[in-house]
Amino acid sequence: MKLAVQLFAGARKIAGCDALWIDLPDGSDVAGLRSALGSAHPELAALLPAARFAVNLEFADEQLRLPADAEIALIPPVSGG
Amino acid sequence: MIDLVLEPIDTEQALQRVASQRAGAAVLFLGTTREFTGDRRTLFLDYECYPEMARRKLEELEAAARNRWSIIECLIIHRLGRVELGEASVAIAVSSAHRQVAFEAAQWLIDTIKQVVPIWKQEHWSDGTREWVHPPAGPPRNSTH
Repeated sequence: MKLAVQLFAGARKIAGCDALWIDLPDGSDVAGLRSALGSAHPELAALLPAARFAVNLEFADEQLRLPADAEIALIPPVSGG
Repeated sequence: MIDLVLEPIDTEQALQRVASQRAGAAVLFLGTTREFTGDRRTLFLDYECYPEMARRKLEELEAAARNRWSIIECLIIHRLGRVELGEASVAIAVSSAHRQVAFEAAQWLIDTIKQVVPIWKQEHWSDGTREWVHPPAGPPRNSTH
């Protein structure tokens, strides 16, 4: 399945775009996405360990299996307030 | 009540929006743009968010605060875009019958917003560089995700 990952803040700046497409086996989980994103985009590697993923607007555990139509975002550590 | 806004925050209006004849206290917290971080000088800040999720998280936090404390009214306003020195980037107004509740809820809200709401600031430093701020993870905490 092909999934779009929305990017924000430092992640968007590093990647130079608002979203990345990642090809994953059906049934992949968030941990698989994290690993695939790091392999396909090594420039994000420094930011990935501290980042969370949001799936359909909720923070996702590493074991969450990704629905093919999920809205996915990479959430680097936040700095609002 | 949740507002994500591009314009400066009207603090008088914020207090009016939580005013109630049942309230014995209204607490207004403002997070403001600081000029110096250590010896680095900030010119201004630029905020961005993941809009749908930021709004949802803020609504969840308001609901959690209302669940935990006897709040009368609760208002959270966060700026987006450019915020000048001294201006408020965030305002939290809470009213309650007695002051302790308003103080506690406002403090919990700002502490938790800083952990779980997908909003980011970019520092624009006086040396012309700019930098998205991604704080290192703190100790594990009881947060409402």
